[in-house]
Formats: sequence, C-alpha cells, structure tokens
Amino acid sequence: MFKHLAASIRGIGHRTIEGIWQLGHATRFFLLVLLKSGTSFRRFGLVIRELYYVGVLSLIIIVVSGLFVGMVLGLQGYETLQKYGSESAVGTLVALSLVRELGPVVAALLFASRAGSAITAEIGLMKATEQLAAMGMMAVDPVARVVAPRFWAGVISMPFLAAIFSVMGVFGGYLVTVTFIGVDAGSFWSQMQSNVDFRIDILNGFIKSCFFGVAVTAIAVFEGYDSPPTAEGVSGATTRTVVTSSLAILGLDFILTAFMFRGL
Amino acid sequence: MTPEVLVEISDLNFSYNSRPILKGINMTMKRGQVIAIMGGSGSGKTTLLRLIGGEVVPSSGYVKVSGQVVHELERDALFEIRRKMGMLFQFGALFTDLSVFDNVAFQMREHTDLPESMIRDLVLMKLHAVGLRGAHHLMPAELSGGMARRVALARSIALDPMLIMYDEPFTGLDPISLGVIGSLIRRMTDTLGMTSVIVTHDVQESLKIVDYVYFIADGVIAAHGTPAEVRDSVTPFVHQFVHGEVDGPVPFHYPAQSYRRDLNLEKALV
Ligand SMILES: Nc1ncnc2c1ncn2[C@@H]1O[C@H](COP(=O)(O)OP(=O)(O)OP(=O)(O)O)[C@@H](O)[C@H]1O
Ligand SMILES: [Mg+2]
Repeated sequence: MFKHLAASIRGIGHRTIEGIWQLGHATRFFLLVLLKSGTSFRRFGLVIRELYYVGVLSLIIIVVSGLFVGMVLGLQGYETLQKYGSESAVGTLVALSLVRELGPVVAALLFASRAGSAITAEIGLMKATEQLAAMGMMAVDPVARVVAPRFWAGVISMPFLAAIFSVMGVFGGYLVTVTFIGVDAGSFWSQMQSNVDFRIDILNGFIKSCFFGVAVTAIAVFEGYDSPPTAEGVSGATTRTVVTSSLAILGLDFILTAFMFRGL
Repeated sequence: MTPEVLVEISDLNFSYNSRPILKGINMTMKRGQVIAIMGGSGSGKTTLLRLIGGEVVPSSGYVKVSGQVVHELERDALFEIRRKMGMLFQFGALFTDLSVFDNVAFQMREHTDLPESMIRDLVLMKLHAVGLRGAHHLMPAELSGGMARRVALARSIALDPMLIMYDEPFTGLDPISLGVIGSLIRRMTDTLGMTSVIVTHDVQESLKIVDYVYFIADGVIAAHGTPAEVRDSVTPFVHQFVHGEVDGPVPFHYPAQSYRRDLNLEKALV
C-alpha cells in the first residue's frame, strides 16, 4: 500500500522533471535554430522552396475552411441579430470575429495539423534514415540547412494564411447574408468599415498569427528533430506536434487577448 | 618513399550506455591504401567509422586524422576536416527530396562556387563511374537498393576527399557491379592518393583489392594482416571467416540459453 503510494509519487516527480528537461531542451533547440538562421536568409531560395510546401499547399484547406466558417458565422449572426432588428450589423460581427479571433486561431489550428505535422514527419524521417547524419558528415549543418528554412517558411506563411482565412470568411458571410438572405450590401460593408479598427482589430489579429506561426513551427521542427529514429518514434512525434501546438495556440490566444483587448 | 599516415587510431574505447562496444583498438591507415575492416554483424564496425568521422566521441583513446585528434576539434574545425572525408552510409542515406543528380551535386553546391555547367559535368562523371549516368533524373524512391547504394557511393566521392569510408559498399550488388565498384575504389585510391576504408562481409572480393585487413571481434582486433597473410593464415578465427565455416571460434548465434530449452523440449525429455 505504502509502496504503491511512494511509487506513484515518484512517478509524478519523474514525469515532472522529465517535462522540465524537455522544455529546456526545446528552448535550447529554438535558440540554436535562431542562431543558425543566417543561411536561410543568405540563400533565401531554401526558404522559398519550403514556403511552397508549408504555405502554398496549405492554401486549399485554409480557403475552404475560411469560406465555410464565414458562412456559418453569417447565418448564426443573422438569426440572432434580426431578433433585435439590427441585421445590418452582421457584416461587423462576421468581420470582427474573424479578424480578432477565428482567423488567427482556426487558421493556426489547421496549419498545425496540415503543415506542422508534415514538417515533423519529414524531419523525423530524414533523421531515421540517417539523412541528417549524412548531411553532418558532409560538413553541412542540418539545423541550418534543413530545420531553419522550414522554421522561417512556417513563420512567414502563418500571417498570410490567417489573413486569407479572414478574407475568405468575410466573403462567405457576404455570400450567405447579402446574396442569399438579402441583407443590404451597402450597410453590410459600411457598418463593417466603420466598426473594424485597423490598429485594434487587424493589427492585433496579425500579431496573434505571428505568435502562432512561431509557436507551431518551433514545436513542429523540434518534435521532428528530437523524435526517436524509428517508425513509432516519428508517428508519435507527429501526433505530439498536433496536440502540443493546438494547446499552445489556445493558451497563447488567451494570454494575447488578455493583453490586447483588456489592456492588462 | 614511406607513405604518410592519414588515420591513426590509438587505444580506442567506446561504449553505448555503458555497454562496451570497442575495447582498445589500434590501427594505422596510410595514404594510397585500401583497408578492409571485417567482423561479425554487430561487432562495432559502423561504430568505428562513426568514431573516425567524429559523429560519436570515444570514452578513451583517440582517432587522429591527418594529425588532428578528431573528438577534440571545435565544430568549425571538425566540419573543415569532414569536407575532406566521404562516407558511404550502410543504408545509403540519400536525400529523398532531391533527385539523383542533386544528391551528387549537393556538396559541390554547398561547399564550392563552381558554375552550374561545371557541376553538371562533374556530377555526370561521378555517376558514369558507378554506371548510373542515365539515371540522373530519377528520385531516390525510384531506385533499387543496389542502385541507391551506387548513387550514395557517387555522392561520397563527389569532392574527391582524402579519406573515404564505405560501410558495406558491396551488399546488394550483382557480381558484375560488385567487380566494377571494387576496382573503382582501388583505382580512385591509387590515382588520387586517398585512403579508403571498407567495412565489408565480402571476403573474397575485398581480398582482391585491399592492402590490409583488420578483423574485429568482441570489440578488439582479433587479427590483421595483408591479404596474402590472411589467405594463408592458420589462426582458427581468420580461417573460419575467410572460408565461411559455421564451426569455429566465431559464434553465429547471439548469446542465448539452449535452443532446446527455448523450444520447451528440454522438460519433455527429463
Ligand atoms: N544508437 C545505439 N544505441 C545503443 N546501442 C547501439 C547503437 N548503435 C549500435 N549499437 C550497438 O552497438 C553494437 C555495434 O553496432 P554497429 O552498428 O557498429 O555494428 P556493425 O559491426 O556495423 O554491424 P553490421 O555488420 O550488422 O552492420 C551493436 O551491438 C549494437 O547493438
Ligand atoms: Mg554496420
């Protein structure tokens, strides 16, 4: 009985220490990637190549999801707003929800599962098949040559993807409310224009997506680089990327929102 | 003229998680030599190559490459010396996101300012030497195992290094390519004055081309000598290895309890 208790307490302690170790390890790796980013900017072609895989290939899912989220927002918003006779405010509602929250957050969640997992799997497999070791033996640093370009490609793509998500969402809201339901187009746009502030709403949304981009890609490259060089190791790392970065996005979102809109 | 020593290994010890793999290895490798390292599976041959390349650090002893102790080098100095080394990995380790051509061109593009037209010529020459010039546009996934290994070989000789380590270059090759690759290694070593280290199980083929053979067993050098000495050796160990006999000092089986007991036959007999 007592032994069991001691063992479980020891287990908790063990896992806590392990987690802190891992966190330190990840932070060090993150700094290393920043330190070795010189190559990525000197040879920007490396980043552009990855931008294609990380950013361009994520476009479809971002565009389609943005459209649907905007359409749902339009429908729900209209239903509620018309009870108070203010259905012309639906444009404002759709735009604000997207630009402030849903654009950055949902785009980042999608980005984590589409691009983050792919980055982890690719780096993990390169490690498992000794490609990274081979690169090191050729006197080419794999962190500078493989990891950093992917990291920057992710950081650069994220704000663009979030912006595209929001634009598609607004378009989806317009489609549903103006084209199908028949809300007046003029008031849809003019209300939106007068109520969406560039600094408070758009800029803050942009800043959020930058943070999310850094968080998701940093987690993805770390998990890939740190994964055990086996099939289970890589698949486990891929799952961890999606789970950890989703939690990181939501946690960060709360903190950032508190700072931005409550002026804490 | 006495050939210059390129690699000197002195009293090298190495363990994985406190399990000793190599115990007190001593070797010298000179320029212009082809050296074979043989030994049973799991005897630490790949580990020895990793130690020479500075990928892992010995627990004691040292490896010197052209006079520098590899594991004491700073990162930049280590990379500097690795530029002059080539390594053929046991499983090829081709970059799967690059074509055959780009794999071989990789180091030229990373380390030199050669114009693209010259890189093209050099790459095609290297691929021609391994018989795969026509396959330069393929992706690694489209190659057979033996082809991938030959591309990896072409990649490891891309910058004409002074030391090349081949981890089992002959596995998965048909007898014809095997002969061609064997003589390619010999010829390159002679013409460029480099040093080649071959880890291999192919005793007959490698005895034809090498200058010196080391046998590793149980983490120590069990025997060594020139091919002539090895062929005539009466040491039971070497004799068993060269003639591929099952019975002898080298056990085929990983240590285990008796086979009969594992199959639950022992009890039934008692
Ligand atoms: N990363 C590692 N962690 C722990 N042990 C390892 C690791 N890599 C290799 N070993 C162990 O070290 C020993 C030597 O491995 P090594 O790969 O050098 O063998 P080898 O002589 O190249 O064998 P083979 O001819 O089968 O390629 C093996 O017993 C193996 O179990
Ligand atoms: Mg091996």
